[in-house]
Amino acid sequence: MSRPGFVLEVDDRTPPLVVHEGLGFRLESFPLGTRVVYPPESIPAVPDVDEAIREALLHPVDSDPLPTLLFPGMRLTIAFDDLSLPLPTMKAPDIRGRIIEHVLTMAAEAGVDDVKLIAANALHRRMTAAELKHIVGERVFRSFYPQGDLYNFDAEDRANLTHLGTTDKGEDIEISKRAAESDLLVYVNVNLVAMDGGHKSVGIGLASYKSLRHHHNAKTMVHSRSFMDHKHSAMHHSAWRMGRVIKDTVKVFQIETTLNNNVFPKPFDFLQKREWEWSVKDQATMLGVRRGLAVAPQKMRHKMFHDMRSVYGLTGVNAGEVEAVHERTLAKVHQQHLVEVQGQSDVLVMGVPYLGPYNVNSSMNPILATCMGLGYYFNSYRGQPVVRKGGAVILYHPLNEGFNQLHHPSYVDFYEEVLAESTDPAVVGEKYEQQFAQDPWYIHLYRTSHAYHGVHPFYMWYWAAHAMDHVDEVIWVGADRRAAARLGFRAATTLQDALEMASGTVGSSPSITYLHNPPHLLADVR
Amino acid sequence: MLALEMFRSLPRTVAGKAIGGRMPGILSGYAAPLRLVTIQEPRVDRPGWARLRTRLSGICGSDLGALSGRTSLYFSAVVSLPFVPGHEVVAELLEDCEDLPKGTRVVVDPVLTCAARGVEPCSACADGQTNRCERITVGHLSPGLQTGFCKDTGGGWGQQLAAHRSQLHPVPEGFSDEQAILIEPVACAVHTARRAGVRSGDRVLVSGAGSVGLFATLALRELTDAGEIIVVAKHAHQRELAREFGATEVVAPGEVLRRVRRATGAFQLEPEFSSPYLLGGVDVAVDAVGSKQSLETALQATRAGGRVVLSGMPAAADLSAAWFRELEVVGTYASAQGDAAFDQAVELVATDAVQQLAKSVASYPLHRWREALDHAHAAGRLGTVKVAFDPRSST
Repeated sequence: MSRPGFVLEVDDRTPPLVVHEGLGFRLESFPLGTRVVYPPESIPAVPDVDEAIREALLHPVDSDPLPTLLFPGMRLTIAFDDLSLPLPTMKAPDIRGRIIEHVLTMAAEAGVDDVKLIAANALHRRMTAAELKHIVGERVFRSFYPQGDLYNFDAEDRANLTHLGTTDKGEDIEISKRAAESDLLVYVNVNLVAMDGGHKSVGIGLASYKSLRHHHNAKTMVHSRSFMDHKHSAMHHSAWRMGRVIKDTVKVFQIETTLNNNVFPKPFDFLQKREWEWSVKDQATMLGVRRGLAVAPQKMRHKMFHDMRSVYGLTGVNAGEVEAVHERTLAKVHQQHLVEVQGQSDVLVMGVPYLGPYNVNSSMNPILATCMGLGYYFNSYRGQPVVRKGGAVILYHPLNEGFNQLHHPSYVDFYEEVLAESTDPAVVGEKYEQQFAQDPWYIHLYRTSHAYHGVHPFYMWYWAAHAMDHVDEVIWVGADRRAAARLGFRAATTLQDALEMASGTVGSSPSITYLHNPPHLLADVR
Repeated sequence: MLALEMFRSLPRTVAGKAIGGRMPGILSGYAAPLRLVTIQEPRVDRPGWARLRTRLSGICGSDLGALSGRTSLYFSAVVSLPFVPGHEVVAELLEDCEDLPKGTRVVVDPVLTCAARGVEPCSACADGQTNRCERITVGHLSPGLQTGFCKDTGGGWGQQLAAHRSQLHPVPEGFSDEQAILIEPVACAVHTARRAGVRSGDRVLVSGAGSVGLFATLALRELTDAGEIIVVAKHAHQRELAREFGATEVVAPGEVLRRVRRATGAFQLEPEFSSPYLLGGVDVAVDAVGSKQSLETALQATRAGGRVVLSGMPAAADLSAAWFRELEVVGTYASAQGDAAFDQAVELVATDAVQQLAKSVASYPLHRWREALDHAHAAGRLGTVKVAFDPRSST
């Protein structure tokens, strides 16, 4: 039986606690009285994954069974989440591949010949062949990739986009033409956190900039409170409006999966245990890893962390109508991530780890670190933010990984040129977003290389807009000072220094909450 | 009279060639082929010529290039050693010179044209393109492309020099000597702006923010309809000045290509074992440094069919882009009398921005020439735009 998440109050007996900071972690002694929010332990996985998949496909929610939707001569498109999920990457075989195999088997039995597999990467970078193969599995890859029937979605391929209309609020819906014109669109997702899935899958994963700009902007993000709670997220409201229009035109069969919190494989599994419960072996491993990280060059640390493959357990698979499926999915996600937290605090502390959705096999540059800290982690709440309005956020990350020129070329310009002028998400969006979105070089790199779309750094900055609007102070512990300053923040050497710096905003005895993630958690703030 | 004299010295020239490019500062110490000497005042025995007493004479990049051995030997045929350097000169007439009375404060257009040499005007001089004079090695003067490179005329780095009436431009009332010393380099910048052939709205890159780059920026902004002017500046004070002089954007040397690419929507290519370049880019690029890196930056950041202007004395560079992108590579040397560049320069020097800049001109007496050259070599780092000699001063 797994234990639920809980809130620890630091006292004299509390040992130093793990705080992630990029390609490493530190053991931090928090002030007495600090609340530490621990995620629930991993909930049990389904005993038989193949059986669970079959069950979901044959007994879907609010939909006919998949085999009855398949017929000879039909156009079948299978779309799936890209490498931004799950985090870290799942140890092979990936759950998406296993599901796709089942779908393909049923399609073959029904005599379906016209099948395309599309990675729903929206404006994310094109995945490499190896990355695609990891997701769909060797057999599917070998059968579809060489013929060009397995490919990355190209949001700039004008000839292969379809404008489905607009929502009642005038939002354009432009998605993959192949998906829109298919007799059936099967979407296979990994619902790692509460923001994923639902109408966000097709409506965002297979959409172009023309669609995305309606909800990926500073104004929408400020009013998404939080985007981990789709019922209170302006971004999701927009995606849901679009999804309902898509539903009128495209037959979507949604397959959503949920995973447990087995994020860290051995020997790093001590990172998902509570520190006072570390065995002697855990402590020895921790010391060994820390010593190793202290002397290892950055490249080696990067390899060590990014080669990590998680042995997640599948906690649920649901298929059928998008919204009905998503309700079930969210219940499972909440079961795994939700932790009740009583009231807000003056200071919120978060460690930004080595990995986010947009630096898989890449670098966590300062913009992505901001997105991870002030975007994803800050928004990991339901109800109200963990930190009070006007409070302070303290983040841990060195901000020194630099930029990956292959994956993030427009990020460099965003950092050097745009942030030098303003760090206000609304201001930079107004002045520069169109330029970056329409830059032919960025578009070329997005389409032919492995670069995120030119507009992507803006989206990262928008993710942080709610946090920037909500708190008065953001301080990075252990960060490169110049990088922090460029981002519009301040850097401190230690937590004590950071608290001292924040005292002008929150006083000298602030209430502090530390979100102890990863593994993922969702603070249900009462 | 006292003067600094550049003389022929094989060991020093070889030393300059060997290490001058990397450590130019060393050559201003003991290895420069320059000495402080007492020599005869220049003789004046032809009509139209007069003696001048130097008030201030600037140290130009071409002077430093010559002293540190970086200048191409191409120019050895158009100088006559030993000579007194100094072609940016503000001086006063020691005797009447045609319509100019003794005591008149003048600046010198240094080009030694057919008129100064006492020969029939060549086709270029006849056309007013005096900077393209084809007789700079003949006539009654020794070879010398300019005052300051000819052994007969003397130069500004001496207490006296000789000049022809055709070279003299009276300094307007109210101009300080420091302001006046900037007229000649600004006249060169006026000529650069003309040679740049900028059309309305053109995007221009100026690579370098020393005096050449800053004045080129000023002239481009004031005399052309250039749209965006992107200036490459290394030091903080250069960045500020570039903006004051009309730059739309100022970028560091390491980020030029990225910024130009972003501004123009160009495509960037990464050749093997070589520096990246753009397909697309600015319409006009001005190399105001003359280094290999600066020139290649200008070539790599200019769109196909665009124009690259060589304002600094150029170093050898990879010209592949000029061929492949069909670039117009044009030189710009000194200024042409027919274009009245000096008159326009006087107007530009009267602007507030240049007046403020003139206050930062650093002057040295002749005997402190090593310090002066050190200062000039490190001018960018030390926050100075122009270093000059004041031969009247003894401290």
